[in-house]
Amino acid sequence: MTEEKIRVLIAKPGLDGHDRGAKVIARALRDAGMEVIYTGLRQTPEMIVEAALQEDVQVIGLSILSGAHMALVPRVIELMQAEGLDDVLLLVGGIIPDEDVSALVDMGVSGVFGPGTNTEAIARHIQTTLAAAHS
Amino acid sequence: MTADHTLVQSVLGGDRRALARLITRVENQAPGAFDAVSLLYPHTGHAYLVGITGAPGTGKSTVVNAYTRSLRAAGFTVAIVAVDPSSPFSGGAVLGDRIRMTELAGDRGVFIRSMASRGSLGGLAAAIGDVVRVLDAAGFDYVLIETVGAGQSEVDIARMAYTTVVVDAPGMGDDVQAIKAGILEIADILVVNKADRPGVKNTVRTLRAMLDLGHRLRTVGHHSAVVIQPGAPPAEQVYDFWDVPILETIATEAAGLDTLREVVEQHRAHLQESGTLADRERERVVSELSTRLRDTLLARLLDQRAPDVIEDVIRRMVARELDPGSAVRELINGR
Repeated sequence: MTEEKIRVLIAKPGLDGHDRGAKVIARALRDAGMEVIYTGLRQTPEMIVEAALQEDVQVIGLSILSGAHMALVPRVIELMQAEGLDDVLLLVGGIIPDEDVSALVDMGVSGVFGPGTNTEAIARHIQTTLAAAHS
Repeated sequence: MTADHTLVQSVLGGDRRALARLITRVENQAPGAFDAVSLLYPHTGHAYLVGITGAPGTGKSTVVNAYTRSLRAAGFTVAIVAVDPSSPFSGGAVLGDRIRMTELAGDRGVFIRSMASRGSLGGLAAAIGDVVRVLDAAGFDYVLIETVGAGQSEVDIARMAYTTVVVDAPGMGDDVQAIKAGILEIADILVVNKADRPGVKNTVRTLRAMLDLGHRLRTVGHHSAVVIQPGAPPAEQVYDFWDVPILETIATEAAGLDTLREVVEQHRAHLQESGTLADRERERVVSELSTRLRDTLLARLLDQRAPDVIEDVIRRMVARELDPGSAVRELINGR
């Protein structure tokens, strides 16, 4: 009777109020069979990591359009490590300049997805990365 | 010690990460999770379980948020289980109850868990029952179970709670909706949220009228249901009547929520003084036992019968060669 589902937290840190992208991703991942916890706007890194811990998610997706990603992402990673969430996949979406992408990946972000990304590609990225981590 | 034993020890020690992990294992009905719940069972019974349900759009999550803040101000710790439906098509879900609960973030005395209904063979109530037990054993004073009030599964879940709060709001097409959902019968307390909206008096009046209509039914129906169980306590409890209060709240402004907290306390005292709490506990155990027996026996039977045998029965039923009653007899007894 065991039934496992991929659980994903989608959060919008920072002050901008545009959550269309986050909602589109949330629905796309639901349609891929995942359980998506959507936490809404203006989340602090502390709130995001605490929610991820309580919800025991395998994936955190951050939607950042404000340009504050180089400040927010390191803070989220730092808190994830402090709470022992090292094995949780961290994804970033939104407006991220090309030159910052490799810096984010170096910090430990598993994937950066800009506008126009095929939502199925994100679901596949999650599925294959988690499957690889399990085997 | 197995991994689950270690998790149990950590949960009892107050480790939030372990708590979250164990809930996942219970929810997944992972092997070993049942044993973990057995180990925790002696540590349960401390938490007071409150069910909060109502139609979409009535502001349940906001009520839960404001009610939790009131409980926290009074010094209680609170766990919240927020249940949302799974998509019947993909099996996935978008769980959005936390959006209304951001004020609770960062408070170590609060633990929020979102749950998808998943829709496995009546397994939701069983899974929630175990999740609630894990949170109870972890030491929370209150466990709030929030569900979308839409049908039988909510009634089953409400049965798990000691006090059930049903949330309504003006302009929801109350009279028809409430009858349809059959949800008034499970309410111990009715909350009319968004009480700053026009039409609130009308909503309260309609609900009051419907409660009065259902009055006779409740006293001999709902609460005495246990009387027909073998070995049940005598029928005096039929006269222990709790007059369902209707409270007005504006949850976005936290108005009326201290009153809700006090009325839940009064209901709790009523249940204890009238002896109804023990009856409810018994009713809950009977209901959970029968649900679990049914699910387990069904799973076992389906396990034992080859898929083509079941497929053949279905084919003959579709072809009108076999009626449902005979099909059941055949699957249980063989041809």
